[in-house]
Amino acid sequence: MGQAIIDLQHLAKKFGDETVLKDINLTVNKGEIVGLIGPSGAGKSTVIKVTLGMEVASGGSAKVFDTTMPNRQLLGRIGYMAQTDALYDALTGKENLVFYGKMKGIEKSQMAAEVEHAAKVVDLTKDLNKRVSGYSGGMMRRLSLAIALLGSPELLVLDEPTVGIDPALRRQIWAELDRIKSEGRSILITTHVMDEAELTDRVALLLDGKVMAFDEPGVLKKQYDVPTIEDVFLKAEGVE
Amino acid sequence: MRTIAIMNRVLKELFRDKRTLALMFLAPVLVMLLMSVIFNTNSSTNVNVGTVAVTQKLNKEMGSIKHVDVKSYDSKADANKALKDDKIDAIIKKNGKNFSLTYANTDSSKTAAVKLAFKNALTATSIDQLKSALKKSTKATVKLQAQLIAMQKQQAAASSASQTAGATTATQKAAATKATSTNHATKSTSQTTPKITNHYVYGDKDTGFFAKMVPILMGFFVFFFVFLISGMALLKERTTGTLDRLLATPVKRSSIVYGYMLSYGILAVIQTIVIVLVTVWLLGIEVVGNLVSVILINLLLALVALAFGILLSTFANSEFQMMQFIPLVIIPQVFFSGLIPLDSMASWVSDIAYIIPLKYSGDAVNAIIMRGTSIFDLGGDILVLLGFLVALTILNIVGLRRYRKV
Repeated sequence: MGQAIIDLQHLAKKFGDETVLKDINLTVNKGEIVGLIGPSGAGKSTVIKVTLGMEVASGGSAKVFDTTMPNRQLLGRIGYMAQTDALYDALTGKENLVFYGKMKGIEKSQMAAEVEHAAKVVDLTKDLNKRVSGYSGGMMRRLSLAIALLGSPELLVLDEPTVGIDPALRRQIWAELDRIKSEGRSILITTHVMDEAELTDRVALLLDGKVMAFDEPGVLKKQYDVPTIEDVFLKAEGVE
Repeated sequence: MRTIAIMNRVLKELFRDKRTLALMFLAPVLVMLLMSVIFNTNSSTNVNVGTVAVTQKLNKEMGSIKHVDVKSYDSKADANKALKDDKIDAIIKKNGKNFSLTYANTDSSKTAAVKLAFKNALTATSIDQLKSALKKSTKATVKLQAQLIAMQKQQAAASSASQTAGATTATQKAAATKATSTNHATKSTSQTTPKITNHYVYGDKDTGFFAKMVPILMGFFVFFFVFLISGMALLKERTTGTLDRLLATPVKRSSIVYGYMLSYGILAVIQTIVIVLVTVWLLGIEVVGNLVSVILINLLLALVALAFGILLSTFANSEFQMMQFIPLVIIPQVFFSGLIPLDSMASWVSDIAYIIPLKYSGDAVNAIIMRGTSIFDLGGDILVLLGFLVALTILNIVGLRRYRKV
């Protein structure tokens, strides 16, 4: 176990009278990929929002890089990819990358190299000068991921990054995620694709605003006595 | 740095949206052209007239006319000052027997009202003069007749002595007397209908109602388009998630607001220039003051509109809901902008104008275009607009907290 990059302790979040998160305990260590799975409305996006400091915790603590969130400066060390593509349609792929790069505070001298690298990972190099309005859904998703990768952030927070992406490219992206991990960088990823959950180091199963289980995929499968993570998910949800 | 990057991005997006751009620049031109053709009507308005060296009687006659207030001034300089300060709409000055009328002419309907009132008053007062003049000329005629009779008698008496030569002299004499009396009659006629000279501070006798609308229309277009397009732009950022993503970077909330201000400020300047050029060259509207001042005021108004648009866009969930602000925010501004004379409204209604940004820019631009007022003398209007701007900007920066808590 390395140093905890994300450290959520007894995290609770209420919106008005509605309690979305009850008691979340979640850690992401240095050089680790943590998967966050759970049905829609379980509070995955809220966990991410609190982690990024978009929302403030109603109870418990949310620390990233040992600093209580929200903290604006820390955001420069986090690469975030939202569920929506969040791109500027009127701009080209490259202009989108450069704009977000500037917002992240990437130096001018490194900008070209960063943009090139990020585009290469998601296989968009030859489409960079096209307007985003002419992109296919998959291309937009890839560009969105590329934006998160800009500036080699120490922590990546990816919300459903592989929706609408071809299997071949998905494999390529996971290879990149593994490479990032081997560099000692950390990743928090939410997913609906259960075989992707198997690829993570640890999986947190979020249900009803609580973390039902949080362990390595293998351990979870043994614990629930099922062959796949999908079954763990279903069993925890009480469908079976 | 980030502010500039945001500005560049917003400008890039704007300039690639050719249709919106065309709307921003062509629609105002088209509407102004149409309005210049359509608006030539006059309505009853209240006018204040200043008089210098005019008889009590004329003053009284003018004052008794509906919608006309008369104030007499001791000197032409005092009256001129009042005219410049917009306290009165016209000056009537008597020079000997003639009248010199000076109109502010910033509102052609007022100029027309003054002209009419003056004519009526003059007619009423001169009736007496006419009467006395008539008596005089009647007397003169009687005198003439008496002279003629006397001459005829003379002629008859002298006919026996020197017939031919005397007759010629008498005829000449009679002709001379006749000429004198004719002169006299002409003189008395000129006394009853004095010569009236008209002077216009702004424009000329052809200045129409449209001229008064131009400064306000200019501001209206700037306000309308900047409000709507900036509001839509931020709304789009919010609904597509780019705002969230932007806020997931270390960018300051204020940088986002300033970036928007800079880009839309530039756009507003270009728009103002286009509108000003169209009004000056195409419609032939006279601009007395400094064009740069006009652009500066409109820039300030555009920034207020931008801040307003961004603020209200947070209360809209779709572009259609943003459109719903038009009747709520834009239309009332038109009513109180000064396009419709405020002095004809009930006082509690016209007080609403004090919270309407368009009124202040309208007043200021009006003063610059029509009276040539220096921008440094418009501190009041500018200060109020700045107040709007600062308050709305702070609200916006604080308001973005809804999307990121730091």
